[in-house]
Amino acid sequence: MKRNPYRTQRIAFFFLLLATLLIVVPVGLIIVAIIQKGLPAITWEFLSDVPRRGMRSGGIFPAVVGTLYLVSGSILFALPIGVLAAIYLSEYAKQNMLTRIIKLAIVNLAGVPSVVYGLFGLALFVVFFKFGASILSGSLTLGIMILPIIITTSREALESVPYSFREVSLSLGASKWQTIRHIVLPNAIPGILTGTILGLGRAAGETAPILFTVAAFYLPRLPKSIFDQAMALPYHLYVISTQVPNVDEKIRYGTALVLLTMVLFMNLIAIIIRAKLRKRKKW
Amino acid sequence: MRKIKEFIFERLILFSGLASVFFVLLIFFFLLKEGLAVFKTVPIGDFLAGKNWYPISDPAQLGILPLILGSLMVTLGATIISVPIGTACAVYIAEVAPEKIKNFLKSGIELLAAIPSVVLGFIGMVTLVPWVKKIFHLPTGLTALSGSIMLAFMAMPTIVSIAEDALYSVPKSYKEGAFALGATHWQTIWRVLLPSASSGILAAVMLGIGRVIGETMAVMMITGNAARIPQSILQPVRTLTATIAAEMGEAVVGSEHYFALFAIGIVLFVFSFAINVTAELFLHKDKR
Repeated sequence: MKRNPYRTQRIAFFFLLLATLLIVVPVGLIIVAIIQKGLPAITWEFLSDVPRRGMRSGGIFPAVVGTLYLVSGSILFALPIGVLAAIYLSEYAKQNMLTRIIKLAIVNLAGVPSVVYGLFGLALFVVFFKFGASILSGSLTLGIMILPIIITTSREALESVPYSFREVSLSLGASKWQTIRHIVLPNAIPGILTGTILGLGRAAGETAPILFTVAAFYLPRLPKSIFDQAMALPYHLYVISTQVPNVDEKIRYGTALVLLTMVLFMNLIAIIIRAKLRKRKKW
Repeated sequence: MRKIKEFIFERLILFSGLASVFFVLLIFFFLLKEGLAVFKTVPIGDFLAGKNWYPISDPAQLGILPLILGSLMVTLGATIISVPIGTACAVYIAEVAPEKIKNFLKSGIELLAAIPSVVLGFIGMVTLVPWVKKIFHLPTGLTALSGSIMLAFMAMPTIVSIAEDALYSVPKSYKEGAFALGATHWQTIWRVLLPSASSGILAAVMLGIGRVIGETMAVMMITGNAARIPQSILQPVRTLTATIAAEMGEAVVGSEHYFALFAIGIVLFVFSFAINVTAELFLHKDKR
């Protein structure tokens, strides 16, 4: 008997669909579950109060503030270096060994396990530079971690600016730097913004790099300076999930919901900017 | 004046361009600086092949074989689960899905990549772990299997997006040629597209494995963290990453334990370096 190739195709496509659903459906279920079980916990008190009774009641305000500090600090560090590095790669780099090494380094930086960043931050910033476990150490560690994201997306944005723009500017007598500053960069801003926001989202959600560089187990006050320790939302979720017994499920889900909302909100903004950018492209 | 300003900016740009290389070297240097100290007291063979990890007993026993095997077991499990499913999903998105659903599916997978690992770890603790416990009638659901399933899930965005790119980059004429010879769509995918995209798919799998080996928080929360040589996938295991994350908080700076945790960091760094370089070679090969 000869096999009917169209029947084989139907069966094969059914399994492909099944595999896809196996990934996408749980993603949806996870998000729905967190919203459903976390929403009842979200009150003004939960968002604005310090944790109380050994983190079994009260709110998560210091953790939210700590995360905002860390995210801002990491972006202050990573954005200038990342954008300048992207300019180098898209405008100055020649096709040579050095450029290949730089690209390989970026790929590797992106692949270093997050906990190894934690070790590195501990050895360099906390111990060697004697910054101690502090917002400064944590921000710098996260900043280096998100550097590859910012470089890669900014570079794509710069390279998508048409070559003719540069030629026109140069032919009018502008120098290379003037061309970059006034022609290439302004046209790449939305793309760079997308990368920055993706980096912010990543920095807000990571736990392992801040474990030994900044995160405080329990610190029911706000940090006073960048040399202070701070609580952070992802670490707080880890602590109340595994280290503190008998925490109300509602508080855990509520914390997860706030963290997830922060991260997904940033990703959503990045997606919207990207979509607008594609529509509005003038060239 | 303008010349000087431009000169300064161009130097800054060059230095920033080199920053990534500098940071990679800096990370490696500091791992070596802190990690190699452990080999003064523990020979490297005993460290890598020692069967006991009791860092705080006296005298401390610092053998990381159980941790390496723990990481390998969880990674192997995750690879077995994620490679067929991830590749199938990439084929579905690249070839079969209608245009409208395609974007929806892609967003769903991007969404998964954005969820912080500590959130997935928490969800794994409250759902996956009890299920594994119930289905296999185990004393605890915190097992290598739970970790493998969760990590397979977490590796999906990497595998799917890179495999999908590889499928897209197969020249259109290959597909048209197959159709012209009377092949069905599935025959074309199976006999033409997949073989042509194989090196890109291999890179996708490798980068997925890199993601799995380096994953820390979710794994620490659901694998049970028992530092013994694992006998079965239904037992608690402890991975290299989880060991660092769980113990560094208590290790005294400059102690043998502290140095040993950095030495584990070296092992992880070398793993991920090797994986990334190899994957990059495969991707490069595909482009030529």
